[in-house]
Amino acid sequence: MTPVQAIIAKELRVYFVSPIVYVVGAVFLLIFGLLSYLYVGFAGAQAIQLMQMQGGPAQINLNDLVFRNLFASMRIVLVIILPILTMRLFAEERKLRTFEFLLTSPLRVSDIVVGKFVSVFVIYLGLVGLTTLVPTVLMLFSDFDWNPIWTGYLGLVLLGALFLSVGLFASAVTENQIVAAFVSFGLLLTIWLIAGLGSLFGDTTAGHLISYLSYMEHYERLVRGLIDTSDLMYFGSGLVLMLFLTHRVVESTSWK
Amino acid sequence: MIDVHNITKRYGHHTAIDRVTFSVAKGEVLAFLGPNGAGKTTTMRILTGFMPATEGTARVAGFDCTDQPLEVKRQIGYLPETPPVYQELTVTEYLTFVGQLRGMTGPNLTSALDQSIERLELGTVRHRLIGNLSRGYRQRVGLAQALLHDPPVLILDEPTVGLDPKQIIEIRELIKSLAGSHSVILSTHILPEATAVCQRVVIINKGRIVAEDTPEQLSARLRQSEKVSLTLKSCPVDCEAKLRAIPGVLHVLPGQGGGTFLIECELGRDLRDELARVAVTNQWGLLELRTVSMTLEDVFLQLTRHEDHSTETTEATVSLAATDSTDR
Repeated sequence: MTPVQAIIAKELRVYFVSPIVYVVGAVFLLIFGLLSYLYVGFAGAQAIQLMQMQGGPAQINLNDLVFRNLFASMRIVLVIILPILTMRLFAEERKLRTFEFLLTSPLRVSDIVVGKFVSVFVIYLGLVGLTTLVPTVLMLFSDFDWNPIWTGYLGLVLLGALFLSVGLFASAVTENQIVAAFVSFGLLLTIWLIAGLGSLFGDTTAGHLISYLSYMEHYERLVRGLIDTSDLMYFGSGLVLMLFLTHRVVESTSWK
Repeated sequence: MIDVHNITKRYGHHTAIDRVTFSVAKGEVLAFLGPNGAGKTTTMRILTGFMPATEGTARVAGFDCTDQPLEVKRQIGYLPETPPVYQELTVTEYLTFVGQLRGMTGPNLTSALDQSIERLELGTVRHRLIGNLSRGYRQRVGLAQALLHDPPVLILDEPTVGLDPKQIIEIRELIKSLAGSHSVILSTHILPEATAVCQRVVIINKGRIVAEDTPEQLSARLRQSEKVSLTLKSCPVDCEAKLRAIPGVLHVLPGQGGGTFLIECELGRDLRDELARVAVTNQWGLLELRTVSMTLEDVFLQLTRHEDHSTETTEATVSLAATDSTDR
């Protein structure tokens, strides 16, 4: 077992012994389920309305009425929930003084950063995987296009990975978990609002540039079913940047 | 094995350690002695590669602590001030994790694990969560962690804190048994500990090394006079004067309890024979006669207090030394 694998195994073990995963997982799935139920309900109500107007069976598009709304709503859910999942990663090590132990073990700092990120990402993937139950069940009762759902899930995974890396970074800058959660929450909301800032500039180069920095338009395109390399690049480079910054912060903490 | 040359660590304007130089030979046990905040932990953190020194060089087993941190970390077993344990893991899980971080696998890891569990008598708690263990057990798990990969260099920051007296003795025995095959640096502010386990003591105060020697030599070096304690059954009024009249006696101080005197003699003279003769001739009833050696504690206080007042006039230092001796 390499050191990275050892760190991943240990982090997963700690996550599952402590109540965090169960609480966060339960809330995440509950909200996902509830949102699905609501959007399906709305779609049903709309179908009934259409039927009364047309006087015959109506075709409703579940992709538009349920899944796009569902994926769009998940953004705010992730902004609120993922910082709770990442807040302990480094802050707890610092508080319990195991940080010094990690840094005096024969490891590269990148082993620690990557190991911690992968462990929380695995948990997130598990939670997202469980939500596929919703489209699977809906498939039994209705016809819809699976492609935008796959790209939506890809968006959800990429957005989550980015959020987790921001949370990891926030956790590295403090030894207080509440502060870590709040810093990542603040960062994620700020990056969200950058999209609004971009639209203030309208259809100009500056406006596009600023909007590009926010995850909003990249995620929206994926939810609409479009896979664009520039969007994938955005998530990839954002993730690498955050992991790099975390690396620097972890490396430099002992230098002060 | 460990070579520290002129290291200085500054935090902004605060100098935590100032031009510290010392070395530890292979198989030697060195005690780092100093009051809290003297710079013991900082020095250890530099040696373990946790933080770089502002100036100077530190080398462990020939590797530079700043330039080759990974090699240095492989040579070292380190127990920080607070045992670095994860409360959510069991003892076995934790030690397995530690071994994996150090690249141990398979049967190697299993045997090292069993050995360190046995060495620190953790057998009964090996499947319990560390979070549910007492302070003493956690400290021992921390020690097991440092010893797991049988490193040539051990750096132990206050290894016996939180242990009960029996465990303290056991851990000291363990550290003694490591001497010869391992180089050990341990920090402590408990003086008997340094005398009990170490071949050499480095006394550090306010970031500077104030003395470095064997415990015996240190007390010998700083002794200004020979001291003898004398206990008499009956002591008439004139006995103090008669004692003072013996050639070579510098001071006679009444000790604790009636009939006990602390007699300071000139350095290098053993007056016990003469004192016994005087006591017997005068029929004072000699009950006890023994030399009083300077404990490391006295040395420590003298050195660190001296350091405190070194900037003041010599007069002050002298008077302080005088109060020192009356204390004893």
